Amino acid sequence: MLMTKFKAAAAALAFAAAPAAADVDLEFYFPVAVGGAAADTIEELTAQYVAENEGVNIEAIYAGSYQDTVAKALTAARGGNAPQLSVILSVDMFTLLDEDLILPFDDFATSAEDKAWLDSFYPAFMENSQTGGKTYGIPFQRSTPVLYWNKEAFEAAGLDPETPPATWDEMVEMGKKLTLKDDAGNVTQWGVRIPSSGFPYWLFQGLTTENDAILANADGNEVNFDDPKVVEALDYLVDLSKTHEVMAPGIIEWGATPKAFFEGQTAMMWTSTGNLTNVRNNAPFDFGVAMLPANKRRGAPTGGGNFYLFKGASDAQAKAAFDFVKWISAPEQSAKWTIATGYVAPRPETWESEAMKAYAAEFPPVLVARDQLEHAVAELSTYENQRVTRIFNDALAAAITGQKTAEEALKEAQAKADAILQDYR
Amino acid sequence: MLQTRSWIHAWLLLFPGLVFLIAFTHLPALTTLWSSFFTTPRGRRPAKWAGLENYETLIADPVFWKVLWNNAIYAAGTIPLSVVIALLMALWVNRQMVGRGFVRMAYFTPTVLPMIAVANIWMFFYTPGFGLIDQIGGAFGFAQTNILGSANSALWGVMVVTIWKEAGFFMIFYLAALQTIPTTLVEAARVEGAGSWTIFRRITLPLLMPTTLFVSINAVVNSFRMVDHIFILTGGGPDNASSLLLFYIYEVAFRFWDTAYAATLTVVLLVFLIVLAIGQFFLFDRKVHYR
Repeated sequence: MLMTKFKAAAAALAFAAAPAAADVDLEFYFPVAVGGAAADTIEELTAQYVAENEGVNIEAIYAGSYQDTVAKALTAARGGNAPQLSVILSVDMFTLLDEDLILPFDDFATSAEDKAWLDSFYPAFMENSQTGGKTYGIPFQRSTPVLYWNKEAFEAAGLDPETPPATWDEMVEMGKKLTLKDDAGNVTQWGVRIPSSGFPYWLFQGLTTENDAILANADGNEVNFDDPKVVEALDYLVDLSKTHEVMAPGIIEWGATPKAFFEGQTAMMWTSTGNLTNVRNNAPFDFGVAMLPANKRRGAPTGGGNFYLFKGASDAQAKAAFDFVKWISAPEQSAKWTIATGYVAPRPETWESEAMKAYAAEFPPVLVARDQLEHAVAELSTYENQRVTRIFNDALAAAITGQKTAEEALKEAQAKADAILQDYR
Repeated sequence: MLQTRSWIHAWLLLFPGLVFLIAFTHLPALTTLWSSFFTTPRGRRPAKWAGLENYETLIADPVFWKVLWNNAIYAAGTIPLSVVIALLMALWVNRQMVGRGFVRMAYFTPTVLPMIAVANIWMFFYTPGFGLIDQIGGAFGFAQTNILGSANSALWGVMVVTIWKEAGFFMIFYLAALQTIPTTLVEAARVEGAGSWTIFRRITLPLLMPTTLFVSINAVVNSFRMVDHIFILTGGGPDNASSLLLFYIYEVAFRFWDTAYAATLTVVLLVFLIVLAIGQFFLFDRKVHYR
C-alpha cells in the first residue's frame, strides 16, 4: 500500500517536473532469511529512494528464501523476464555467470568516485563477489558465524563467565565441565552445539579455516575436500560427540539451536551473527558473543547475500539500478539495515557513522562479527555451486552420523566434485 | 451420413479432454524423453546431443540407486500398512458406537490438512530435546532421541508421517464400500451359523476387493508422488538417507539446474509408474471382481 502511494507520488512528481523524461521501471527481487522485519526495512528503503529520485520506480519483490529467490530469478531470466536487480547468495555468483545472466559492476563504476566506492567494502566480503578481476556482487545482507555462550552456565560449572574458549582444546575442556547429566545418566545440558542440518558446510568451514585449509580456489573450479587438514577438522567435529561427549550425536537441527540455547540445553552454540537480535531479545540469562575458537589460526567463513545486476536491462535501467545499489550501501542506509537485522555492515565507513557508533556503544557484541572479518575467508563457492556443496554436505552428514570415516567420506566427495568441475577448468 | 455426424459429435465431446491430456500429459512426457538425450543448456553453452550419456551417468550415480532403494523401502513400508490400518479403521467406525461421527472426523483430519502443515506438526513431535516424543520419553527417564538426525531412522520417521496421513484418506473409500455391502448377505450367513471371522473373510473382504485395488493403485502412485513433507522434515538427509526419487528429481532440476539429468530421472520414474499401472490393471483387475 505504502509502496504504491510512494510510487504514484513519485510518478506524479516526475510527470509534473520533467514531462519529457521517460520513467525508468525496475524490478528488484529480494530474499529474507531472518524474519519479517527485514522485508519491511527493504521496502521502506526502496520507497525512500523512489521518493527521492524522480522518474525512477522500483518494485521491490519479496521472493522467499535465498533458495527460492535464485530459482525465481533463473526461471524469470529463462523466460526473458529477468529482474534488473536482485539480492542472491554471494556463493551463487558462479552459477549466475555460467547462465550468462549478470553484469560486472566495473562496467558502470567508471568515475574515480565510483571506483573508490567499489574499493570501500571489507575485503573478506569481496572474496565471494569478485572473480577474474571483475566485481559481480555488492555485499548487502552479509554475516559470519560466531560463538554465543551462557555466562550463568559457565559460572555454575566453575568457569570464568567472562572467558569463552579461545582454542579447540579449550572448547573441549570447558565443554566437559559444562556437560551435565541427571541420575539416570541422560544429558541435561550439552557443552556445545554446532548445528549440522541443511547446510553443515558453513559452520564446518569455521573449523577448516581455523585448521588453515581453504576449501575452494578463487576461480571456482578446484576444491580441496580431501586435504588432510580438512579431514582433521572433520575428525574434530565428529569427536566432539563421539570421543569427548560434549555435543549431542547425530545431525543437529539449525533452526532449533537458538531455542536449545535459551532453554539451557546447551551452554555454547555456534550460529550466525544474524541471530544476534533474536538472542538479545530471548535469552533469559546473561550471554556473551565471541569469535570462533582458533586452532592453527583464527577463522570463519563469510555468508549471506549480494546485489547482482542482471543482463537484459536497458541502459537507463542498468544505470538506475547501479545508482540504487550505491545509495543503499551508503552509511546512512546501511546503518539502518544493520541495526534492524544484525547483518554486518559491509563497509568500514558505515561503522564510523553516528548511528552505528551509538548502537555499538550500547550493545558491544555487534562488533564481534565485524572484528572477525579480519580472519574471515570466502564462503565455499564453485561452479555448479549447489551441487558441489551438496556433495560436501552429504559427506559431512555421513561422517557425523557414523556411516563413513571422515577420510573416506571426504575422499569420495573430492572425486565427485572433481568429476563435475572438470568441465570448468 | 448419420454415422459421420455422430463421429463428429463424438470427437467434439472428446476434444476438450484430449487437448488437456495432450498438452499437460503426453507432450511433456515426450519432451522430457527428448531432452534426456541432450546436455543441459546453460547461458554460455547451448544444449548438445548427448545420446545415452545421461543414462550412463544415471547408472553410475550412487545417489540415484540410493533414492531408488529408499523409494522401494518407502513403498513396501507405507502401502500395506496404511491400507490395513485404513481397513481396520473403516471397520471400526462402520459399527454403531458412541461418538462415531467424532471418531470418523478424527481419522479423516490428517487427509484434510496440507502436507506442509502436517510436516511442521510432526517436526514438533520429533525435535530432539523439545519434541513431544522426548518430552514424554523424558518423563519416564528415557534418553533423548534423534530420529530425523540419524541415517538409520530418518526414512522411518518420514514413513510414519506418510502412513498417518494416508490411512485416513483410504479409510473413506473403505467406509463407503462397506456401506454398499447388502446387509442381507451378512444376515443370511449368520442364519447359516457363520462366525464373525468367516463373514469377514468370505463376504466382506471379497466384496471390498475392487476398493482395495483402487486404494492400492492410489497408494503406489502416492508413494512416488508424496515428497512435500521431506522438504520440511529432513531435506532428504542425512546423506540422502531419507531422499526419494521425486525429491531427487526436484533437487537436480531446481537446485542443481541440471535439467537434462532431471529429465532422465523423470523418464525412469515414468517407466516405473507405467509398468506398475499396467501390472495392476491387467493382472489384478481380472481377479478382484467377485463373480
